[in-house]
Amino acid sequence: MNLLDHLIIVPILLPLLVGAALVPVDEHRRRLKVTVGLCSTFGLLATALALLWQADQVSGAAPSATYLLGNWSLPFGIALAADRLTALMLALTAVLACATLMFAAARWDRVGVHFHALFQFMLVGVNGAFLTNDLFNLFVFFEVMLAASYGLLLHGSGKQRVRAGLHYVAVNLAASSVFLIGVALIYAAAGSLNMADIALRIPPMSPADTHLLETGAAILAVAFLVKSAIWPLNFWLPGSYAAATPPVAAMFAIMTKVGIYVLLRLWLLLFSDEAGDSAGFGGEWLLYGGLATLAVASLGMLAAQDFKRLAGYSVIASSGTLLAGIAIEGVGATAAALYYMLGSTLALAAFFLLTDLLERIRDFGANLLAVTVEAFEAEGMVLPDQDEVGVAIPAALAFLGMSFVLCTLMLTGMPPLSGFIGKFALMATALAHHDLTQLAQVPVVTWLLLVLLVVSGLAGIITLMRLGIRLFWVPASHKVPRLRLIEAAPIAGLLLGCVLITVQAGPVMGFLQRTAEALHDGRAFAEGVMNSAPVGGEVN
Amino acid sequence: MELILALAIGVLSGAGIWLLLRPRTFQVIMGLSLISYAVNLFIFSMGRLTQNKAPVIIDGELLPLTEYADPLPQALVLTAIVIGFAMTALFLVLLLASRGLTGTDHVDGKEDGSA
Repeated sequence: MNLLDHLIIVPILLPLLVGAALVPVDEHRRRLKVTVGLCSTFGLLATALALLWQADQVSGAAPSATYLLGNWSLPFGIALAADRLTALMLALTAVLACATLMFAAARWDRVGVHFHALFQFMLVGVNGAFLTNDLFNLFVFFEVMLAASYGLLLHGSGKQRVRAGLHYVAVNLAASSVFLIGVALIYAAAGSLNMADIALRIPPMSPADTHLLETGAAILAVAFLVKSAIWPLNFWLPGSYAAATPPVAAMFAIMTKVGIYVLLRLWLLLFSDEAGDSAGFGGEWLLYGGLATLAVASLGMLAAQDFKRLAGYSVIASSGTLLAGIAIEGVGATAAALYYMLGSTLALAAFFLLTDLLERIRDFGANLLAVTVEAFEAEGMVLPDQDEVGVAIPAALAFLGMSFVLCTLMLTGMPPLSGFIGKFALMATALAHHDLTQLAQVPVVTWLLLVLLVVSGLAGIITLMRLGIRLFWVPASHKVPRLRLIEAAPIAGLLLGCVLITVQAGPVMGFLQRTAEALHDGRAFAEGVMNSAPVGGEVN
Repeated sequence: MELILALAIGVLSGAGIWLLLRPRTFQVIMGLSLISYAVNLFIFSMGRLTQNKAPVIIDGELLPLTEYADPLPQALVLTAIVIGFAMTALFLVLLLASRGLTGTDHVDGKEDGSA
């Protein structure tokens, strides 16, 4: 076993060790904490890119790397497995982590204690959830992620955050119980917790056990749907994301995608075409749930009166689009949904960061007051003034305006950026199965999807234009803020990523097509995982 | 035995859900605790109910598999208890912070009807 085989566990171990090391470091040694934290996230980015390259070298659906923890042979031990989708999600997480941590280092990490350690622990949970191939281990990584996210949401304290945190924690604790019930039922039916093993045990299963397994899978899915904010399980989201500090909210943009990832992976693995009667189990629920989510998100966007709530509803709209997208049959639709996810996650994170800077130009005086209140509520943690040392960038207002326009284009799915390409590809694949010369035969639900995709974009445009005009075009309110490089660079970087996947749409789509093909070949993935042998051969 | 266990799980989760939907934070935390007890018992029962059977293989005594209790749910329950305990403790701190900051134990941070 050479050193490169251990690469797959780095995304879990690196933030875990760094986070643990940061806990005892004194809060006054901020520079050290920021440097170590950033080194860790950029290390994660490099690792994820290496895994991505490794994953794309493999032809077919088998995982490019598996890792047996404790060298137990399968199905007894816990296995980590990486394929294209895993590596892609790891890379997306790392990009968001780099950007938000850099942004937080400008000032937000100072409003409370242990921000950097909690941030690393959250990365452990997110990366672990992407990598693990064991249902109960997935639960543990979910809890690690959630526990850290509770701390991050409450970062900065204050009445608003504690109230939002209370709701967020209660909802997630209830969802964790649902998660455990689902896992227990699946174990009762299949006798295994290894996802690949369960997938291989489904085809020869007796009808009684199949019913038990489907019940378990449905209950388990509820836990993930809460996380991915499907209607009606999403009322916790706008409030808590609006209450969180902006960099934390930006990082939370990946958390709804963790739910989507697990749904996509498990659903295509367990209920693939080989699963007999249960093939495609629950697909219509995902589709209708996604449509309802999209409709509610459009209404929420129209009703939003400030940027933060608008951003919260944009997260929900993105989830709705994705849920409906993965429920559409076919490899092409999955690839289109993944493409949409890349762009929308980057844009949402950029938008959350941008809301912080936009609030600053709206009302300079009021904002300073708010920051002072913040500092007092955080018991003696004093936030520095705006004109602190740091490289300021010229033409701050132009930068903010441009970023706002780009975010608007991305979030509403207008041309020319990748939001448009993603939505267009989804529409095209939704219609691909039908004969377009006979429009009457296209089912109502497909029309509903097309209409909702357009309407949600329109709702986003109306609200963003309303808020944007009120902010940028009212001459009296202009108070040009001092914008520091460390605050502008992450936003610019995230938006550059959006532009990049638009310009390179061909190669990116090609990669995602291969990803989707592999996902739809669940059996090959499962067999690939189950074939991984312990180092040094079987012990007995 | 099945009936008693099923009743216990049902009563615990029923009471837990009722409390979870109440407006006071203390009721919510009690509800969450009751639900987590119910879930822990439920995980136990998924390894099938057995009596007087060991979950470990004793050296030199290899019996058929039906003679053993399933050890995996027991390990899972242990992990679930630890995690549930930690999360309850965290929620308790949050509950106290909310009480201190808002002056009320209502989950919304303000009494019904007040602005």
